[in-house]
Amino acid sequence: MSYIPHTEADIKAMLEAIGVGGIEELFRDVPEAFRFPELALPEGLSQMEAGWLLEEISSTNLPGGKVPIFLGAGAYNHYIPPVVGHVLLRGEFLTSYTPYQPEVSQGTLQAIFEYQSMICALTGMEVSNASHYDGATSLAEAVLLAINSVRDRRKIILSCGIHPEYRQVVRTYTQGMGLTIVGDEGCEADVQALIGQIDDQTAMVAVQYPNFFGQIEDVKLVIEAAHARGALACVVADPIALGLLKPPGAWGADIVVGEGQGLGIPLSFGGPYLGFFATREKYVRKMAGRLVGETVDVHGQPGYVLTLATREQHIRREKATSNICTNQGLMALAAAVYMSVMGKHGLRKVAELCYHKAHYAADEINKLADYSVDFSKPFFKEFVVQCPRSVAEINEDLLDLYEIIGGFDLEQMYPARRNQMLVAVTEMNTRDEIDEFVRALGEVAK
Amino acid sequence: MGDWKAPTDCKYTKTDEWIRIEGDEALVGLTDYAQEHLSDLVFVELPDTGKKIGKGQPFGVVESVKAAADVNMPVSGEIVATNDELESAPEIINSDPYGKGWIVRIKITDPAELNDLMDAEAYTAYCAERE
Amino acid sequence: MKEPLIYDLSSPGREGIQLPAPDVPPARLPAEFIREDLDLPEVSEVDVVRHYLRLSQLNYGIDKGFYPLGSCTMKYNPKLNEDVARLPGFVALHPYQHPDTVQGALEVMYQVQEWLKEIGGFAGVSLQPAAGAHGEFTGILMMRAYHLSRGDTKRTKVLIPDSAHGTNPASTSMSGLQVVELPSDPRGNIDMAALCQQCDDTVVGLMITNPNTLGLFEEHILDVVKCVHDCGGLVYGDGANLNALMGIVRPGDLGFDVMHYNLHKTFSTPHGGGGPGSGPVGVSERLVPFLPGPIVEIVEEAEDETSPPVYGFRMPEKSIGRVKSFYGQFGIIVRAYAYMLVNGGPGLRKVSEMAVLNANYLRVRLQGVYPIPYNRINMHEFVAEGRFPDAEGIRALDISKRLMDYGFHPPTNYFPLIVHEALMIEPTETESKETLDAFADALLAIAREAHEQPELLREAPHITPVGRLDEVRAAKELVLCCRPIPVGKDT
Repeated sequence: MSYIPHTEADIKAMLEAIGVGGIEELFRDVPEAFRFPELALPEGLSQMEAGWLLEEISSTNLPGGKVPIFLGAGAYNHYIPPVVGHVLLRGEFLTSYTPYQPEVSQGTLQAIFEYQSMICALTGMEVSNASHYDGATSLAEAVLLAINSVRDRRKIILSCGIHPEYRQVVRTYTQGMGLTIVGDEGCEADVQALIGQIDDQTAMVAVQYPNFFGQIEDVKLVIEAAHARGALACVVADPIALGLLKPPGAWGADIVVGEGQGLGIPLSFGGPYLGFFATREKYVRKMAGRLVGETVDVHGQPGYVLTLATREQHIRREKATSNICTNQGLMALAAAVYMSVMGKHGLRKVAELCYHKAHYAADEINKLADYSVDFSKPFFKEFVVQCPRSVAEINEDLLDLYEIIGGFDLEQMYPARRNQMLVAVTEMNTRDEIDEFVRALGEVAK
Repeated sequence: MGDWKAPTDCKYTKTDEWIRIEGDEALVGLTDYAQEHLSDLVFVELPDTGKKIGKGQPFGVVESVKAAADVNMPVSGEIVATNDELESAPEIINSDPYGKGWIVRIKITDPAELNDLMDAEAYTAYCAERE
Repeated sequence: MKEPLIYDLSSPGREGIQLPAPDVPPARLPAEFIREDLDLPEVSEVDVVRHYLRLSQLNYGIDKGFYPLGSCTMKYNPKLNEDVARLPGFVALHPYQHPDTVQGALEVMYQVQEWLKEIGGFAGVSLQPAAGAHGEFTGILMMRAYHLSRGDTKRTKVLIPDSAHGTNPASTSMSGLQVVELPSDPRGNIDMAALCQQCDDTVVGLMITNPNTLGLFEEHILDVVKCVHDCGGLVYGDGANLNALMGIVRPGDLGFDVMHYNLHKTFSTPHGGGGPGSGPVGVSERLVPFLPGPIVEIVEEAEDETSPPVYGFRMPEKSIGRVKSFYGQFGIIVRAYAYMLVNGGPGLRKVSEMAVLNANYLRVRLQGVYPIPYNRINMHEFVAEGRFPDAEGIRALDISKRLMDYGFHPPTNYFPLIVHEALMIEPTETESKETLDAFADALLAIAREAHEQPELLREAPHITPVGRLDEVRAAKELVLCCRPIPVGKDT
């Protein structure tokens, strides 16, 4: 089965029209010694068999989103309203290409325009692009924007409270650029220490909100400190948190980026996800990624087009703002549908549910004799628990004995945080689940 | 198309800039051939005054919907003034490339470099052979 | 009739969803951090459904008709792929779950790595890059890291043909390296003299697309590779055009050191209006340690025939680092795997054969009417000129817009840059002869119109939801957001 419609008669007629005797002749330019290799690959399966095989393989996995799960750390089990999946399956959205021919792509273009607008509203910023691959690469692109905007400065300050993988990606992206990246050597997010590093060489300072440990830091202070030395301030934000918390735009952030997976996109073992990127209009020409703008057609009707394309790779080539071409278009659509159906009221309610449930869980866990919760800073939907023994062992027991997926083992990413578990609670965790989790933690303490 | 203006009081570069000498200063802009090929300009990025830029180096960028191009110094010099009107009305370069569409005024550092440039006739021939 | 913006369908107080009431006591909210307003739509669920359905109807997709975009490989997107990607055992996996609980996911990734290695002729594959351009950037970083690891610090230049996709020079600049452009020869190949002249010990490598963006297989590919290798450089292959080569030739066998794959082109995953894609990279033996990671490998061999091996993640020893959070576009990888399974090795070869057959057939149907600058046996795509010597003023743009009136999506315009008024046409193998004939007939009709009624082209499209759009205005008067900007004010 290969979805090929050609009959023998078709092939014969076409070869004749082309003027060759057989298919092999079409490949005369391929060096003979290497032509037509035998691929050590199995024969094709029927669709039926392929479907069964993949079902079988999938059934060996434990679908984390379907059991009680308290694991977050950058990917969250948030509710996905059914509408989202149905819109994504419309063939006109799913199987269309980048809207380079706007007359036949107004659906995609308007949907993305609305997405851009909603991201601006959520983050309190002036412009948003049409997406990056994920939160990590959005942050890397923010670094590129800062370096290209703030003249002759080569230092980037990253808080250790930013997701470790995001900081790794920034370092990978910039390895050929001769930049100095500092600020994240520790394992405690310390705003004062971060601010202390800002100097006249700093192009950008970045913090996460809430941070990797779930905490809400004094982001406003960081933004003001950055501006005082002429540096840009970038905030990596959780979009669900922004349903409840003040948007970084209100405090004057220059760039707001983050992971949009919580906005109607399934866990899907880490991808495809959605990097959102919002900034001030004055940086729009330095911003990477696609942009949809409103205009009119020859009849004076309003319509949408990709605009400022001259920043992009297909025109500007080596002087492009970035090399990004294909982005995460369908995921941006998912987020737009999610934000539409959740709306002003729904997103606020989701955020409040996360907040209250997380605080209930934190209080209950803190009551356990062998555990203590870090309440030193306000938090949103994640918090840090000091456990009596290794988190890896506790999680193994939670899984084997209770089929509960426990929180993230912080020691993996921050070696000094021994036996510390990052617990995430969302609107999907019922009180019963939370109580069961607390009970289970108590029982596996030893 | 095919009938691009190239005033005789200017000299020209291979990258389609013109320069008109006014004493030890000069005005620099984009040629008619360039503006025609770029089509409607939507944005012009101007340099800071005071900057010293070498011959052949870019001092700014012009953007249309389908292209973005560097604008290069015909000779080495210092930027003494920029045509700020272009920031809100870049299309002036399309309508009046040699007059109101001037981009920068420079102070020339090495007048000998002017000898490397083309005159109007040579430039017109150069345009024709590229088509 | 324009579809209103979702915001314009809103009514204060309207809700689209009902969530459960909190089942826990409310905690104290930190007043200083709470936002005052949230400017999102207020619509009901039916409003959302109707709005997006109506928007979708303004779009063209492969599911609607022929989509011959050169270099994009707009082949049919199988529905089986969508179903399997949505199985709970794939879609509900948290990336940080214990490896024991996700062995099936790791197996899929491992198998796709192995299939890609075999198809491309490479020793190692990483599935982490999220798209083709991302894969290119990764590839250049690996090449750079390889030379640096050998103490070879003189190499700063990357050679790139003038026909290359814009992502090639853009990726090179991002890596901090210098782009050196190579001209093409009159037959559309890389100019060998220019290449050999540039090949010295300051060259990191060559980026080459083969078949190139003219749809032509490089006639001297072995000489090209030798030239670059002889001076100590590496060869990067842009695998966007792999649809012409599966089972036909393996780039790794030809000596390529790195290549990126586009799962959303060659392997049928849907384009989604602009992504998500997936851009895995394959490398030759010497570059394996530099792959971005983590990658999947077998950590414990199978005990016997009936039990599976144990899979796990590993970071390659000299990895250039992570290029993305987590592991890659897993959902896209699952779709690609389904496609590989139903095709099998022989099926993938048939895919390439039919893709190339279709493109050549379309070319001969158009030759003589549309100028075809490199009119020889091509691969899976070819380039025609969208202009006629005696139809003045008609350009590729006009022909493209008129095609929409005939119910077709236009081919790629104005690329590659080395052909005037380029129309790059790639039919793919999933199109029938009838569709190709209908498309050719439409183009021939448009060619007649260009001579007899040119205004039909100049004013096209006539029957699409909107007419030609004012792109100049869109760039000059930027309207990128439909909500009032609360500048500096709290919302």
